[in-house]
Amino acid sequence: MLSRTADHLYWMSRYIERAENLARMLEVNYRMSLLPHDAQIVERGWAATLTIIGLLDAFRHRYQTVTPANAIAFMAFDRDNPGSIYSCLRQARENARAVRGTLTSETWEMLNSTWLEMRVTALRPGDEIANFFEWVKDRSHLARGVVQGTMLCDEAWHFIWLGTFLERADSTSRILDVKYHLLLPHGEQAGGSADYYQWSALLHSVSAFEIYRRVYRDLITPRRVAELLVLRDDMPRSLRSCVSRVYGHLTAVRNAQSGETERRAGELQASLHFGRIEDIFALGLHEYLVQFLGRIRDLGERVARDFLVSATD
Amino acid sequence: MVETRAYDEMHGTAGDVREHYRAFADWLANTPRDRLTQKRAEADSLFHRVGITFAVYGEEAGTERLIPFDIVPRIIPAQEWRQLAAGVRQRVRALNAFIADIYHEQEILAAGRVPPEQVLCNQAYRPEMQGIDVPGGIYAHIAGIDVVRAGRGEFYVLEDNLRVPSGVSYMLEDRRMMMRLFPELFARHSIAPVEHYPDLLLENLRSVAPAGLTDPTVVLLTPGANNSAYFEHAFLAQQMGIELVEGQDLFVDDEYLYMRTTQGPQRVDVIYRRIDDDFLDPLVFRPDSLLGVPGLLAAYRAGRVTIANAIGTGVADDKSIYPYVPEMVRFYLGEEPLLANVPTYVLRRKPDLEYTLANLAELVVKEVHGAGGYGMLVGPAATREQLTAFRARILSAPERYIAQPTLALSSCPTFVESGLAPRHIDLRPFVLSGRDITLVPGGLTRVALRAGSLVVNSSQGGGTKDTWVLE
Repeated sequence: MLSRTADHLYWMSRYIERAENLARMLEVNYRMSLLPHDAQIVERGWAATLTIIGLLDAFRHRYQTVTPANAIAFMAFDRDNPGSIYSCLRQARENARAVRGTLTSETWEMLNSTWLEMRVTALRPGDEIANFFEWVKDRSHLARGVVQGTMLCDEAWHFIWLGTFLERADSTSRILDVKYHLLLPHGEQAGGSADYYQWSALLHSVSAFEIYRRVYRDLITPRRVAELLVLRDDMPRSLRSCVSRVYGHLTAVRNAQSGETERRAGELQASLHFGRIEDIFALGLHEYLVQFLGRIRDLGERVARDFLVSATD
Repeated sequence: MVETRAYDEMHGTAGDVREHYRAFADWLANTPRDRLTQKRAEADSLFHRVGITFAVYGEEAGTERLIPFDIVPRIIPAQEWRQLAAGVRQRVRALNAFIADIYHEQEILAAGRVPPEQVLCNQAYRPEMQGIDVPGGIYAHIAGIDVVRAGRGEFYVLEDNLRVPSGVSYMLEDRRMMMRLFPELFARHSIAPVEHYPDLLLENLRSVAPAGLTDPTVVLLTPGANNSAYFEHAFLAQQMGIELVEGQDLFVDDEYLYMRTTQGPQRVDVIYRRIDDDFLDPLVFRPDSLLGVPGLLAAYRAGRVTIANAIGTGVADDKSIYPYVPEMVRFYLGEEPLLANVPTYVLRRKPDLEYTLANLAELVVKEVHGAGGYGMLVGPAATREQLTAFRARILSAPERYIAQPTLALSSCPTFVESGLAPRHIDLRPFVLSGRDITLVPGGLTRVALRAGSLVVNSSQGGGTKDTWVLE
């Protein structure tokens, strides 16, 4: 398969997954802002989210104050913000358009109509912002479903999933890290009621609230939330699950120069497989997540170098 | 007015419905108007969702528009199609023979049948091609021959397109759309299928691969997603199951052509290129081209890769060469042309220029190197100011223009805002030349949607219709 084609497929799925995770992060903040908090805490929540996705500076450039309305306008609908949901869906569609011949027509039509609807919605965002977040998640579910249900499981398919799971690993670790940023400045007493809502909101944002209840049948504790989202193999958005899938798809597309990338992915997978939550907490969850993000970024760069670069010899 | 004299494809002069349109006319009369309106809206939204759009140059970057699709088909009876098909086949055979001759012995010039300066001083003539042997002696592997019908129903060839003719995806998508919207019509009629065009095209491209290859690799070379015909490039590559490549995906090493893949370089044997000659190889043609492949011409000269269409085919479809095509048929095939040319005044000739200037308001004047309906004058539709301005343009460079009588292009009933109304149409059959000459029945019917307009180009607001050849 053409390197350029693989590149477009990989980025197509990364952007869809990114749009979904943005919607999840915004949604959890939006829910939090509906709870009886004072304005400062609400502001801190949004600022933390902007920090974690690296857009706080760009935001401050455009807006004076951090309000839910500003943050949503910026991260959901702003066409000049390359990190907004709007821009992600446009990028997903543009990448798909560049390789539409490689996609099934169902896949292409699904992404194209998502973009067409996004454009209409951005003109009249409306009050039902929660519906918008639901819609973004639905379209992302649909995108994965149509790929799963219609595409040949060939190289193209592997690159699509490689992009999906690298992006998801990145997002889940950021979502988990929001909690760190949120609590750091004030060090609120763990176990308080605000804390409970924050951890449960976090679980909701990765569709893990019900799963947590089923798995632990117990109180929500930070350690267990982290264990669920980092180490559990059967949790579809956990770091371990994502890295296992990344490793699997990497081995399926291996070429003459991808050996080291495969080894590093395998090493990371093994560390998650045999890792203990006690050790992670001993290191510090934030420190662990920072390291993890670095390794995911390294894998992304190595994938680009090994498979996707076509402009130079 | 022009349209009063036009041949109506559906109705005879007495207003009666022609034999081959009868079943359709019955259906139309018995189908409630609101159902048709609803189906037309459905067609629009389907085209949008599928992304069957074209980019418009000169408008905001990334603008994509639909080509309007009309639900009244253009129907051609079997007998009429047989004559047309024989005519375009003959024409394409002669044109290929002409190009081969021009890039080798130039016998037709020596025989004085075509003026040498017309060919050798033409911008589209490529001296780099002189003496290169191409597989099967075929240059125009894919040809689009634009055919129109005038007042009494007689056919004329308006133009030959031998460089990178486009539009075949609309032929295929229009058919798919009609079958999706009105399946009952296909049960009532016996309509020749066109869906196998991509198979024929791939077979044709494989048949002209460099000799000795049992399983040649064919790719489609596109300028990229911003090109106006990108939808078609992606569509055809997908339908043929071949890679859609851009110049940056290809490179030449030791006179072999390769594409960059995730598993390393892979040999390429045939390029179906959808970019112009000028951009193919920056080492030989435009040095600023980023769309092409450095060294491609060297690989081509070495016979390691086939380029379809070949480089330099423009020398045969230029509007200044067009008047000589009937002569080519006689010279190379020893046959009389089955399809007539539109009488053409070549304004580099003094008498033709004088006649044209004296009768400008009755003529259509075209730029020799123009395409897409840009830079032409339709005399009867022009204002006095436009005529004066165009006269000045002609006088400043007469050799750049030809003139033709304004043909009353045939019309076909078409849905417009006010309901059904006659609109002028043309037809572009696609002729494939390789080991054999093949074409699918029909082609692309384009329709001028503005009342009285004779310009069918999509860039000028033209639409398309499904084209039915009855069996």
